[in-house]
Amino acid sequence: MEPQSQLLMKEKTNETRRMSGSEAVMQSLLKEGTSIIFGYPGGAIMPIYDALYNYHDQMHHVLTRHEQGAVHAAQGYARVTGKVGVCFATSGPGATNTVTGLADAMMDSTPLVVITGQVTSSLLGTDAFQETDVVGVTQPVTKWNYQVRKAEDIPAALARAFYIARSGRPGPVVVDITKDAQINELDFQYRPVKSIRSYTPESPIDFHQIEEAAKLINLSKKPLALIGQGIVLGNAEKELLDFLEKSGIPAAWTLLGLSAIPSSHPQNVGMLGMHGNYGPNIKTNEADLIIAIGMRFDDRVTGDLTRYATNAKVIHMEIDPAEINKNVHADVPVLGNVKKTLPLITGKITKNEHKDWLAEFEACFRIEYNRIIDKEIAPDDKGLRMGEVISKVSSAFNDDAVMVTDVGQHQMMSARYFRFKQTRSVVTSGGLGTMGFGVPAAMGAKLGAPERPVCVFVGDGGFQMTIQELGTIFQTKIPVKIVLLNNNFLGMVRQWQELFFDRRYASTELINPDFQTIAKGYHVPSVKVTERETLNDAIKQMVESEGPFLMEVLVEKEGNVFPMVPSGASVSDIRLE
Amino acid sequence: MKTPDKEEFTLSIYSENHVGLLNQITTVFTRRHINIESLTTSESAISGIHKFTVVVDATADNIEKLAKQIEKRIDVLKVFVFRADEIIHQEIALYKVSTSSLLGGNEIEKLVRQYGARILEITPEYTVIEKTGHKEETQELFEKLDPYGVSQFVRSGRIAITKTKKELLENYLKKLETDQTQLN
Ligand SMILES: Cc1ncc(C[n+]2csc(CCOP(=O)(O)OP(=O)(O)O)c2C)c(N)n1
Ligand SMILES: [Mg+2]
Repeated sequence: MEPQSQLLMKEKTNETRRMSGSEAVMQSLLKEGTSIIFGYPGGAIMPIYDALYNYHDQMHHVLTRHEQGAVHAAQGYARVTGKVGVCFATSGPGATNTVTGLADAMMDSTPLVVITGQVTSSLLGTDAFQETDVVGVTQPVTKWNYQVRKAEDIPAALARAFYIARSGRPGPVVVDITKDAQINELDFQYRPVKSIRSYTPESPIDFHQIEEAAKLINLSKKPLALIGQGIVLGNAEKELLDFLEKSGIPAAWTLLGLSAIPSSHPQNVGMLGMHGNYGPNIKTNEADLIIAIGMRFDDRVTGDLTRYATNAKVIHMEIDPAEINKNVHADVPVLGNVKKTLPLITGKITKNEHKDWLAEFEACFRIEYNRIIDKEIAPDDKGLRMGEVISKVSSAFNDDAVMVTDVGQHQMMSARYFRFKQTRSVVTSGGLGTMGFGVPAAMGAKLGAPERPVCVFVGDGGFQMTIQELGTIFQTKIPVKIVLLNNNFLGMVRQWQELFFDRRYASTELINPDFQTIAKGYHVPSVKVTERETLNDAIKQMVESEGPFLMEVLVEKEGNVFPMVPSGASVSDIRLE
Repeated sequence: MKTPDKEEFTLSIYSENHVGLLNQITTVFTRRHINIESLTTSESAISGIHKFTVVVDATADNIEKLAKQIEKRIDVLKVFVFRADEIIHQEIALYKVSTSSLLGGNEIEKLVRQYGARILEITPEYTVIEKTGHKEETQELFEKLDPYGVSQFVRSGRIAITKTKKELLENYLKKLETDQTQLN
């Protein structure tokens, strides 16, 4: 086995070499710097898996328990590393199982290359066994997709796939390869793609826009910066700090903007949106200038658009032209990569401090602290609350772990109460809100950042959507720390039923299995916390454990996440209770 | 809030000539629930580049967003949006009538002359009449012919040419080149 792959290595030159389509897949992945693949085999992709067998010393393949798990794991990997996540899946059901992950990656701009096997080209269109129109099915949820029917097209298709996935606004790409293309031979030569005629990943900088933006910033009395994932995707954290520190402007982050600057930064005024902080929401309508940096004004951030940023001019710094004026009118659009545009603006603005304006956020924070935060992280009543668990776990990791979440109340609580010191510390499903995302994404995150602790918060509902990935965690020995915040409810939906549907709890109560027994079955050690007294010890046990670990915490059944901007309400109507 | 008025827009969409592009483009319309009034596709004046001409009724605001979302598709080169006064456009219509009704009197012949239509083919059984023009004109002729028995009637999608001198896409491709050198 290994002598053969060594041979292959020696032959790596620039000259062309005769090889099968499957081997060309492996060679192309190596050229793109891929070292890990998440996947699941099946008939139509068997030739590729066979080629993989010879590359085991250069390429780590993680066998997940479901293709959805593979895609989420690749997402987790991509989010913490900034590299392209790579997946393999077979045709038909294998490919359709990737759709949720693709849609999630599309929404959250995560670079992926998903390679699916397809039936032999002569059978295409005949309803052959496990034939699905993968290009048709995945078209709306991919940045680009393509079907390869000839072995000789494989290198070029993959070169294009990687270029598209990682350039501009990143996103998922599917390359569907017929079985005959995998088997047939070609003369392999790899030419990385550097541009595509019909595709403009980054608009050229318009210096007039920079000029206009700087002018507005210099005139503004109450500016507010909204920071999104664009900062992280553009590796522009340093450029953002320079801008913030010169301008003195308060900065609020979106869910996906979390960790782009440290939690403790004096200008960090917290999170925007439905369950964000009081200050940044309520002050949005007092600000006279909104500087949106790499964010897209999602409806969970803006609430009612007709009553959003009513007193503000808007500067929108964004790489994707389709986001400009999509939801919020931009008085000054600044197109391009924020890594390049931010320093140009920073260079043109005058130094400022905005002390009084920042003090207003501080006052808002004190209100929120007294009315909500204090009760959530240091409650006097008996029941355990999600906030206190999350806050303590954060401290136990020295506020420097990678936080992964599933979707629901615990997600919003994690976003509110976990703290960050460095960038790329958050992996959460923002745009799509995919339950079942957390555990597999955490596996990928840990494999991408092995030197950092990775802690995933899951609910009792979402955990059971991808619980089978405990098998992957065991087999691959991935030391993720899983915190299950068990309220025996589909909590987030129950909260809406309580607040907006007259407490009619239709199908939201869960009768759960014994999660510790399940964990035991997968050889994952666990502890269960039912009382506050044992919480600290349990956290200690988790943090000090070597391998994967599950800490289940029985939290209050009917806890709610506040503040809340009710769906369709204005950010000004944010509710504290 | 008053909902803004819809207007008629003609979109010229230029793309690479790949399989499946039509589907990629039409899904953007579907997502925004915009009905396509007419659609024509053909090669453009630049070889290897495909052109879609799409007519829709939509609000100006919606059309801007729609155009940007189409342009976002990797293989789409450029989308130009025009109002009626910015383009010269035509549609072609074919009408099939029975030859006996044509011979019955000179009414049909008169209509053909009056509407600037022409007779494409006459067989003992049927006659095919062709007319190019705007939709209202081809429709009007249909209504005039109908009493004499039109057994088939088809109308093509719109084709359009801009009133500016050059093919806009050429300017765009030139600009792309200069932008590229600026970026590198
Ligand atoms: C795949 C999927 N199905 C349904 C939903 C709708 N949904 C959003 S949150 C939620 C409840 C999640 O419950 P749980 O995992 O227990 O987390 P909790 O809210 O209790 O913290 C549901 C059902 C979703 N986001 N994703
Ligand atoms: Mg729950």
